[in-house]
Amino acid sequence: MKYLRSWLLPAIALLVAFAVGALMMKIQGANPFIAYKSLFTSAFGSSAGIAKTLGKATPLIISGLAVTICLRAGLFNIGVQGQLLAGALASAWAGYAIKGLPTIIHLPLALLFGVFFGALTGIIAGALKAFRGVHEVITTIMLNSIVLQLGEYLAYGPFKEPGQQLARTPEVLNSAKIPQIFGMPLGFFLGVALAVIAWWVFKTTTSGFRMETVGRNKSAAWYAGISVKRSILISMFVGGALAGLGGAIETLGVVGRYEPAFNGGIGFDGITIALLGRANPLAVIPGSILFGGMRGAGASMQFTAGVSPDIIDLILAIVLFLVTAPLIGKMIKSIRDTEQITTGGWGN
Amino acid sequence: MSALLELTNITKTYPGVIANENISLSVTKGEIVALLGENGAGKSTLVKAVFGLVRPDSGEIRIKGDLISAGDTAAAIEHGVGMVHQHFQLVPVMSVTENIILGDEPRKGIFIDKKKAREEVVALSKRYGLEVDPDAIVEDLPVGMQQRIEILKALRKDVDLLILDEPTAVLTPQEIEELLGVIKNLASAGVGVLFITHKLREVMAVADRVVVLRNGKTAGATTPKETNEEGLAQLMVGRNVVLQVDKSDAVKQGIVLSIRDLQANDDRKHTAVDGFSLDVHAGEIMGIAGVEGNGQRELVEAICGMRPRLMGSVLVDGLETPDMQPHKVHRMGISHIPEDREKHGLVASYSIEDNLVLNQFDQPPFANGWIRNSNALEQNANTLVEEFDIRTPSIKTTAGALSGGNKQKVVVARELSQNTKVVVAAQPTRGVDVGSIEFIHKQLVSARDHGAAVLLVSAELDEILSLSDRIAVMFGGKIVAILDGKDADRAKIGRMMAGLAS
Amino acid sequence: MRSRWLMFAITFIAILYFYMRDSLVTTSVIGTAITFGLPLAMAAMVGIMCERTGIVNIGIEGTLLVSSFVGFFTASASGNLILGLISAVAMGAISGLLLSLLAVTWKMDQIIAGTIINILATGLTSFFYKQGHTIPSTFPEVDIPGLSSIPFFGPVLFMHGPLTYAGIILIFVLWVALYKTPWGLRSRAVGEHPSSADTAGVSVIKLRYLNVAIAGAFGGLAGAYLTLELVGSWDRGFSAGKGFTALALMIFGRWNPIGALGAAIFFGTAQAVTNQLMITQVVTIPQQFTNMLPYVLTILILAISAGKVRAPAAEGQPYEKEQA
Repeated sequence: MKYLRSWLLPAIALLVAFAVGALMMKIQGANPFIAYKSLFTSAFGSSAGIAKTLGKATPLIISGLAVTICLRAGLFNIGVQGQLLAGALASAWAGYAIKGLPTIIHLPLALLFGVFFGALTGIIAGALKAFRGVHEVITTIMLNSIVLQLGEYLAYGPFKEPGQQLARTPEVLNSAKIPQIFGMPLGFFLGVALAVIAWWVFKTTTSGFRMETVGRNKSAAWYAGISVKRSILISMFVGGALAGLGGAIETLGVVGRYEPAFNGGIGFDGITIALLGRANPLAVIPGSILFGGMRGAGASMQFTAGVSPDIIDLILAIVLFLVTAPLIGKMIKSIRDTEQITTGGWGN
Repeated sequence: MSALLELTNITKTYPGVIANENISLSVTKGEIVALLGENGAGKSTLVKAVFGLVRPDSGEIRIKGDLISAGDTAAAIEHGVGMVHQHFQLVPVMSVTENIILGDEPRKGIFIDKKKAREEVVALSKRYGLEVDPDAIVEDLPVGMQQRIEILKALRKDVDLLILDEPTAVLTPQEIEELLGVIKNLASAGVGVLFITHKLREVMAVADRVVVLRNGKTAGATTPKETNEEGLAQLMVGRNVVLQVDKSDAVKQGIVLSIRDLQANDDRKHTAVDGFSLDVHAGEIMGIAGVEGNGQRELVEAICGMRPRLMGSVLVDGLETPDMQPHKVHRMGISHIPEDREKHGLVASYSIEDNLVLNQFDQPPFANGWIRNSNALEQNANTLVEEFDIRTPSIKTTAGALSGGNKQKVVVARELSQNTKVVVAAQPTRGVDVGSIEFIHKQLVSARDHGAAVLLVSAELDEILSLSDRIAVMFGGKIVAILDGKDADRAKIGRMMAGLAS
Repeated sequence: MRSRWLMFAITFIAILYFYMRDSLVTTSVIGTAITFGLPLAMAAMVGIMCERTGIVNIGIEGTLLVSSFVGFFTASASGNLILGLISAVAMGAISGLLLSLLAVTWKMDQIIAGTIINILATGLTSFFYKQGHTIPSTFPEVDIPGLSSIPFFGPVLFMHGPLTYAGIILIFVLWVALYKTPWGLRSRAVGEHPSSADTAGVSVIKLRYLNVAIAGAFGGLAGAYLTLELVGSWDRGFSAGKGFTALALMIFGRWNPIGALGAAIFFGTAQAVTNQLMITQVVTIPQQFTNMLPYVLTILILAISAGKVRAPAAEGQPYEKEQA
């Protein structure tokens, strides 16, 4: 019963959001059936479509995990976007500037660069929270903008591809590119593995228990000898590292370089995915595949039905609203959620 | 003339608990009615219903004959009901005047008339002989003074019915006498008083009539003339016993816990524990008696490593325990039943199983290195649920879903199951039902009999008297005297608690 | 707070010094500082009004975004600025009511509730956004006769558009209301210790709804100011993080309207000075770094002031009447 409940709520939320989206399309004079049909056939209707969907899902899984892990520890990391950009930027640099290494060294090194700079961005917010009591929501948002500006500066300046009109870094070397297996993006499997690992860590390890205890009751954690500060630092570090990895995978596997137009929206989708999955690491996987499909096929919807892909932003916002607000639970008593997601409040 | 207050068949249920069941009660002009009952008997719920703070499921509330709709605080106030709440309803950062005028401010145009407000407070305090400084900030005032503000607040609007919810819990015996005097004066001036307490002496001293509640139902109604303290106690508890704990004489052994010149501040950085020294032996229960707010909470937290020790030390078996590291203190053998179990003792959304290992989750057998051992967790939980009589559908149930008594049993089970040298129990039976109180008392005695040194801190003098082998009276952050439990005299301790005799 | 006074003293002395060096440039820089600082101050008032009654509003950003959007496109479609202003204020109030619904009635986690407002605002505005729309003009500058000819203070304070005056006046009104009226006393009591207000017959729920809605309307005014008076256009992501900076200013100003106004003007001055240095090419900093400045300053301000200041005690907690 409880199992069913945890699926039913997001499912209803999605249905309602699609219905509202259809209404919006109608208002714009488009045909929602054609739009949705083309959305789903192009996302899931062919093996090429599925491969593309999984490719789009990969950074979403990882950024969703970055939010999920912090939520478990009582932190609302809405700065995944900035951490992702930092990772993308660093891995792109490592990918083109470090030369003469074999793939087996170069690729992991470039990924590590992404992980490290993502973690660095995350832990700035973590340290401000742990030592100065500054709420992570504001600092991570500010860091998003700072990293964005920094990336723009580097792409226009020191990291700019020589002789190029556009602001972008040179392409990463082949030795740092993520290969594909049977047409499937390798990064996707890494993302799934990470989700499973995260789930296992929270389920069975003492580290997971520590983080979660801090997330649920800081006073009790302190009484039980768990360092709240350390837990905040660790979770923001891990969250940032994961986001950085997501940025690196996207850069080394898909984009091939850093451009200021790099899709930072991945970070915000990660928030929605994490909340949709009620902070369960495993639930991040299906959520990401769905969202990845919609993101990947948005363009085809515009082509066939003339609907702006921005509709997906709106649908996702409605999903988030319905999942977090106890609206559906109010209307359908039997699926009322007893456990609300909380962020551990303000200013502490 | 009809009754001032008339309650008919009030019923209020919370999920899983019946707080009030068909309770009827009346108060007339100039009458003092005592509402007597144990913690959790439903007294507070009932008077909150009168004041509109709780919405009863059924029943009728009439004030001066008018039917009052459920949950309408403003209507209650309009009908001349004033209430002094058990937990002070004062805004700590605001001044005395601001607190008293809140909700009905004297105005000059659209602004508050501050001058008039201040004058009003001064006049009010003169009229009832309750002296306050109108400009003081509430959080800087001592507890007794805050209570005075509460009473003035309630009296401000020419009150016809005054409800006092456990007003004496935080007062010294002298302040209690003073308060009872005020109550009598008000009644003789025609005010009806509904006075809630679980202290028999106070009932006998002031009440015209007594209504006794037990487990949410009316257990009886009587007058002080028709009964005595024993009779009231029997009505209140429902059995022919006054809580007396069965225990053998202490077999006192060597000193285990040694507190030397301990000093600590309260949350507002004022000295709360002021050079406290005490030795507790293995095999004895040392009770700390004192009016709440005399540094007991800070003492407990400083001992357990949860509050900075400004000076002094805490030794277990001669070894100094570390400051501000509760788990290390715990590992050295000090178990702690914390006063605020919801905040420190439990994680409400965790299962009972996890809560039972909260401070040893990373120790064998509950974890092998990094990996937690779910078998050991389950085994531990099953054993303790059985042994400590924790009433729960399953060990996977979340602690938050349990009743107060069972929550406390989870904490007690965890702390006493670890074979520790010292048990520090802070208000271990507060907000707990009678059955659980008895059980917890037995467990504390049994811990003592197994050779633990037990430090019991309680605001309930009866609890201290019935359990302690020795009693230390605490006043102003210091020990005033240490008495033998057997020949402790209630009246004498009462004076010491007030800082009068030595 | 000594650091605060120090900051004001430094700002004051610096202004005086530069005014004596070059009165023209200094006057224009300070005028710009007010232009930069005022929308932040107004947005900070939204936070103050909400948090003083115990509601954390992290959705100010969304309020600014959606109200400026509605204001701009209403003005554009109708060709009427007043209509744009009214619709922006109304939209702001609606976003406030939505926050009340989520946080007060449904007792949701307030941080998540605010985040939802932000994400909804982003989704709605980017979906309905159409390029190429314009408004006939912005609100014109109104020079206050007499006062505007005072040297320095005239151009700095008395040569602005109507919404600037409205904003500044309303900030002072809020300050007086908060500390001198029954409404203010009750609001602060509700934010500090709601059950004591409730037992005194003040409806916690009603007052929270009212204040959060008024705050939202104020946010709508800030949004209208940004688009209809200051910029004259609208683009995706128009609010550019101002709602979050406003929260930092609110904390730095200790939840006091005048404190937050001072912090906002300091903030605006820092930006205006940087701009001036860039224009005159005294220093050459890449554009991106000057863009970063407000964000870095926000973090710095928080790092300095957070933890030292005392927030309204009941902030962020839904009110449970029966636990009173």
